Amino acid sequence: MSKRGVVLYLHVHQPLRVRKYSIFDTATNHDYFSDPDFASERNNQAVLQKVADKSYRPMNALLLKMLQQHPEFKVSLSITGTFIEQCEQWAPDVLDSFKELVRTGRVEIVSETYYHSLAFFYSRDEFERQVDTHRQKIRELFGVETSVFRNTELAYNNELAQWAEGYGFKGILAEGWDPILGWRSPNFVYRPEGTQNIGLLLKNYRLSDDVAFRFSNKAWEAWPLHADTYHAWMDASLQNGPIANLFMDYETFGEHQWEDTGIFSFFEAFIGQWLSDPNNTFYTVSEAVDAFDAQGEVSMPHTVTWADTERDLTAWLGNSMQQEALRHLYDLEHDVMLTNDIDLIGDWRRLQTSDHVYYMCTKWFNDGDVHAYFSPYESPYDAFLYFMNAVRDIRWRVMTHGGFYG
Amino acid sequence: MNILMLGWELPPHNSGGLGVACYHMSKALALKGASIDFVVPYKATHPEIDFMRIHSATPLSPLHRYGMGAYDSKFFEESLLGGEELGDVRDIRGVQRKYVRYVDQLLDTVQPDAIHAHDWLTIEAGMHAKQKSGAPLIVHVHATEFDRSGEEYGNPVVHEIEYQGLMMADRIIAVSNITKSLIVQRYGIPADKVEVIHNALDVDSFANYTYDDSTYRYLETLKQEGYTIVATVTRFTIQKGLTHFLKAAARASEKYDKFVFLLAGDGEQRDELLRLSADFGIADKVVFTGFVRGKQWRDAYSVADVFVMSSVSEPFGLTALEAAHHDNAVIVTRQSGVGEVLHSIFRYDFWDTDVLADQLVGIAASRSLKYELTQSVKHEYARISWASVADRCLQLYQRVKEKAYA
Repeated sequence: MSKRGVVLYLHVHQPLRVRKYSIFDTATNHDYFSDPDFASERNNQAVLQKVADKSYRPMNALLLKMLQQHPEFKVSLSITGTFIEQCEQWAPDVLDSFKELVRTGRVEIVSETYYHSLAFFYSRDEFERQVDTHRQKIRELFGVETSVFRNTELAYNNELAQWAEGYGFKGILAEGWDPILGWRSPNFVYRPEGTQNIGLLLKNYRLSDDVAFRFSNKAWEAWPLHADTYHAWMDASLQNGPIANLFMDYETFGEHQWEDTGIFSFFEAFIGQWLSDPNNTFYTVSEAVDAFDAQGEVSMPHTVTWADTERDLTAWLGNSMQQEALRHLYDLEHDVMLTNDIDLIGDWRRLQTSDHVYYMCTKWFNDGDVHAYFSPYESPYDAFLYFMNAVRDIRWRVMTHGGFYG
Repeated sequence: MNILMLGWELPPHNSGGLGVACYHMSKALALKGASIDFVVPYKATHPEIDFMRIHSATPLSPLHRYGMGAYDSKFFEESLLGGEELGDVRDIRGVQRKYVRYVDQLLDTVQPDAIHAHDWLTIEAGMHAKQKSGAPLIVHVHATEFDRSGEEYGNPVVHEIEYQGLMMADRIIAVSNITKSLIVQRYGIPADKVEVIHNALDVDSFANYTYDDSTYRYLETLKQEGYTIVATVTRFTIQKGLTHFLKAAARASEKYDKFVFLLAGDGEQRDELLRLSADFGIADKVVFTGFVRGKQWRDAYSVADVFVMSSVSEPFGLTALEAAHHDNAVIVTRQSGVGEVLHSIFRYDFWDTDVLADQLVGIAASRSLKYELTQSVKHEYARISWASVADRCLQLYQRVKEKAYA
């Protein structure tokens, strides 16, 4: 009988934000991602360095300490290509600290699209190329193979699971959303509809969001959350099923929840408490899939994500600007690929990062404050404007490629 | 002939055509021997103006005046300025009061033969000046509140001020027959009190100008690909009818693929227009520049093939003449006064998007039609000049002066 366990999975990502890129830059300057103003929230280097100080450096130190103190502590990470590229440029020490974590053998890297894109919904070819590129990058950097897949924003449907199984993954991650599960608990491994072998891990969003979203909310009745309270909730939850899937943004630690909220000490205290019981352990995502048999089939014919109260793609594709932006971007795929121009293809892909359309979200009501916090633009309209000018520039580069017009 | 000219802006501190018209009119009057005292509500240098005396009614910078919306009277009760030292000039009514007091003092040293007040902003000062000096008042109407508010009613306080001024004026100058009939019909002013003097185009101010085709390089590249560039240069306010324009753009794009629409300018409707361009599925065809002046402004005319003035209500519309001068085929609404001086143009009712779409496709698809339009229109705007505007003003001053002092 396997021990009951926490499956902690953290998502590490930074997009390359588009600067205030006007039509007068289009066809002239191709530096969409280099905002010259270091004080701007669009300056990618400045943002990376800020988040590195607040989150990546202290959290990696804490994770390493936990791994050293607790032989049973394990964690899974997905690390996007756009994050890695920025670290290579501006914070190589952060990348080294991730390598050090992986070297312990108890940190698993999760597969995803290199560019944190929604390519699955636009181009299967491009999507697979990005998954391949990411796997290759992880192999080079960390010397490990990935075996569990997560799609951008945890955007999941049956088709994706079937694809992942065909590709050779043993596991896949999704949101454990009540309308899908009904009376069933997210604390089991499931089998996606239409698949034979792949295991589906579902986010326990209550326990995850207690940490990721509610932890510092003073209006929350459980505030301030202590490790023993959380431990008790975990115990109660695991009456139903053997694993609790805690999926969240890595930046929860130190960036979304600042250090002064007590998030780091909470994390450390919880791990110690949890592992003080010999019946408890941690699993990486692939270990969880290996350790437990699927308890039944789960079907998600429509796409489910981990965002907002709707758990759908409307934060990224809910309005016409977002739909147009990606439509025009992906319309260029064929021509962009034909150029064989690595820089051009790279820029085109960097524009696919889902954050760009997220900044164009106009759902200002229930979820709007979250969106506003994460946007480096004055308004979703500004985000749309600069993005479209960059898309035009990509088109111009395609048109003038090979010296036909240059 | 001593003229007290009451204005709200002069280049380079103008945000639209009012300042341009005042500048050229005054210059032409000065050339014919008029001695002009010109009052503006802000303090700034006007390096190119040595032909008249400029008086600053307040110590505010021109930027403050922009903020208070010389054109958008709905802002006039908002307090947009901070700081105690500004006294009572924190909203546009405060600035107007200060302007009146300044004119009152100015009349202690200046004795005009005629007072020439431009638009509602300076009408109260004009009435006061008439009362104090006994000189006749000429109210020059460049736009009424009915124009500015587009398809809405507008601000009742502004209507009231306009009505008083039109009643008190000895003579009224309207910039077009459209404006004259509006003054007669909506304000009940006798038709024989209103004289129509159309604005002109100062061709010389474009003389030392060479087009830089790298300003809009993206559009130039598309032109080589056979695209037709349709432009408008305007403020994005409801008066300008741009939502209808976009709808027509979408209709035209259904019939003819190679269009790009250049929206040069900025304003309160920008976000709505961005959103509409996406709603209509033409987001990649609609290019937004933001506020343009100098080279970017002039080059917008040069890169364009077709210029559209889509105004719901446009007293004159100098930009159409500027566009004609830059070899654009011109399309204006029947609600635009400039149509009274041009013949080789297309006209449509502002709401009739199918007609505009038809005209756009017609010009784009026919090189010879475009050629005929652009060549013929040149002879038409060349017939009107600021010198003849000045002649007519001087005659008018003379008549009212004789009448007033008779």
